[in-house]
Amino acid sequence: MAEVRLESIARECRVQILRMLAHAGSGHPGGSLSVIDILTTLYFGRYDAKRPDWPDRDRVVLSKGHAVPALYAVLAKAGYFPERALITLRKLGSPLQGHPDRTALPGIEAATGSLGQGLSISLGLALGLRLAGSSARVYCVLGDGETQEGQVWEAAMSAPKLGQPDYALNNLVVILDYNKIQLDNFVKKVLDIEPVTAKWQSFGWPVIEIDGHDIAQITKALDQAEATTVGPTFIVAHKGKGVSFMENDPEWHGKAPKPGEAIKAIREVLGITEGAWEDYLKTDSATREIVTELSALEKK
Amino acid sequence: MPAKASRAAFGEALLDLGARDERIVTLDADLSKSTMTVNFAKRYPGRAFNLGIAESNMIGVAAGLALTGRIPFACSFACFIVGRFETIRISVAYTNANLKIVGTHSGIAIGEDGYSQMGLEDIACIRALPNIGIVQPADELETKQAIAYAVEHQGPLYLRLTRQNLEPVCPPDYRFQYGRWLVLRKGHDVTLIGSGGTVFNCVEAAKRLEADGISAEVINAACIKPLDEELLVQSAGKTGHVVTAEDHAVAGGLGGAVAEFLTDVLPTPIKRLGVHGFGESGDAKGLYAKHGLDPAGIAAGVKKFLHR
Repeated sequence: MAEVRLESIARECRVQILRMLAHAGSGHPGGSLSVIDILTTLYFGRYDAKRPDWPDRDRVVLSKGHAVPALYAVLAKAGYFPERALITLRKLGSPLQGHPDRTALPGIEAATGSLGQGLSISLGLALGLRLAGSSARVYCVLGDGETQEGQVWEAAMSAPKLGQPDYALNNLVVILDYNKIQLDNFVKKVLDIEPVTAKWQSFGWPVIEIDGHDIAQITKALDQAEATTVGPTFIVAHKGKGVSFMENDPEWHGKAPKPGEAIKAIREVLGITEGAWEDYLKTDSATREIVTELSALEKK
Repeated sequence: MPAKASRAAFGEALLDLGARDERIVTLDADLSKSTMTVNFAKRYPGRAFNLGIAESNMIGVAAGLALTGRIPFACSFACFIVGRFETIRISVAYTNANLKIVGTHSGIAIGEDGYSQMGLEDIACIRALPNIGIVQPADELETKQAIAYAVEHQGPLYLRLTRQNLEPVCPPDYRFQYGRWLVLRKGHDVTLIGSGGTVFNCVEAAKRLEADGISAEVINAACIKPLDEELLVQSAGKTGHVVTAEDHAVAGGLGGAVAEFLTDVLPTPIKRLGVHGFGESGDAKGLYAKHGLDPAGIAAGVKKFLHR
């Protein structure tokens, strides 16, 4: 089953996200964990990026750049760079910048993190690929809080019409990582973005709503978008974070776990009970190494 | 050559270059009749995109197009396009995207439309950003060459153009070189540096100064970033006095760039002539006179600075 393989990769990436954030001592666990199933599905389920400089590669633009630990975990898993480099996240001299830097790391398509800009760049990429006669596709991942930015709505208004009548940007898919939380509080408390579906529909986008942690649903929605001929598609991916003590808590949006907390979260992500943890670690050498490394970090 | 606005020369240059280079595309925000890309859009409809009155999105789309190998010219009034500074900072400069930002209607010389349409702080903003160069041509000949150069230049550029007609100042055999300035008139008492709309007035001012026994070396600084450091040091070292005259705020413009550079390598007395405040409605000539940027005003500014 393709989904079982992708779920397993996503689980491994979750472990790496928690590991690198604990090492960095800062960063955004919430937005990184919530987006990982989408990125895993894109990179291992359909994304065809043989080389980061290949003109006909599909492009993923992580507009919510603060979730870049998830992208780094996926890129490392895909072989862009060794996984041991992940713990250099946010360290001086590392290409793993706190927010994506396309000039520093092959595989990053756009400098994002200054929220609201990624969708416009994605429009340009999609149009440019059309002009070049390429069949490559563009996937833009937006944060929910990010859609409070005005530039997003300039782009939203433009996308279904851009390039018409010569081109239709049906090579563009936008995925909203709707985890309902932003830095200061729940999205609905800071500035509610609802009704999301009606808003985007009224701007001319077909909208598909899915459970953003269900890889079968993600795959089906991406298939549906790919079959569309009229223009770009908008996918609303409803999310949690998958770690009990982090889920539904705005505090965890932008605060890195301490090494001990990261170990606890890794255990949860792997679905192992506290009692079975020691025995489990004897069977999983990769996780054992990470836990040993984090325990040493905790003692420092 | 008759006087011509640099925006008009830009529009003509693009038409010509567009035929030779299919990578060139234009983006506009509902001002294509003013930025003069409208004829390009008519001739190459599949390569011209009007994004509506949404400059931030236009800049981002242009950046995306650049990342797929197009050479986009993203155009609007200087104040509106540079006003979307954060998008330029990340999507263009930091990304080092190969696109050309074109700001027309720069300065108080746009006249009657008044302060909200005047690009007066754009050089100061763009100057602060790494990676992106700033070019402000002074006449038709220089504009056409600068636009042709912009197509070849790898990386982002900001092209600052005028609404008003510009008298020719460059000799017919002139060849634009990025980062190089042009001495229009030799002199030994003071270095007088203009750019864009003020260059012709600097030449005229130098003629008046000559009548008063002051020998001004007049330089056309088409490239504001990078500066022609070699020529600047050479000229300032010779004259010992530098005056800049620009249709831009006195803070952070050409004068600021010249002052910052000379302070580090060759401290020289400098007078920066430019616009104070926000500007206002009026005729262009009257506004230049009010801000001391017409030939008489520049000459007076130089004399006052030299205590003569």
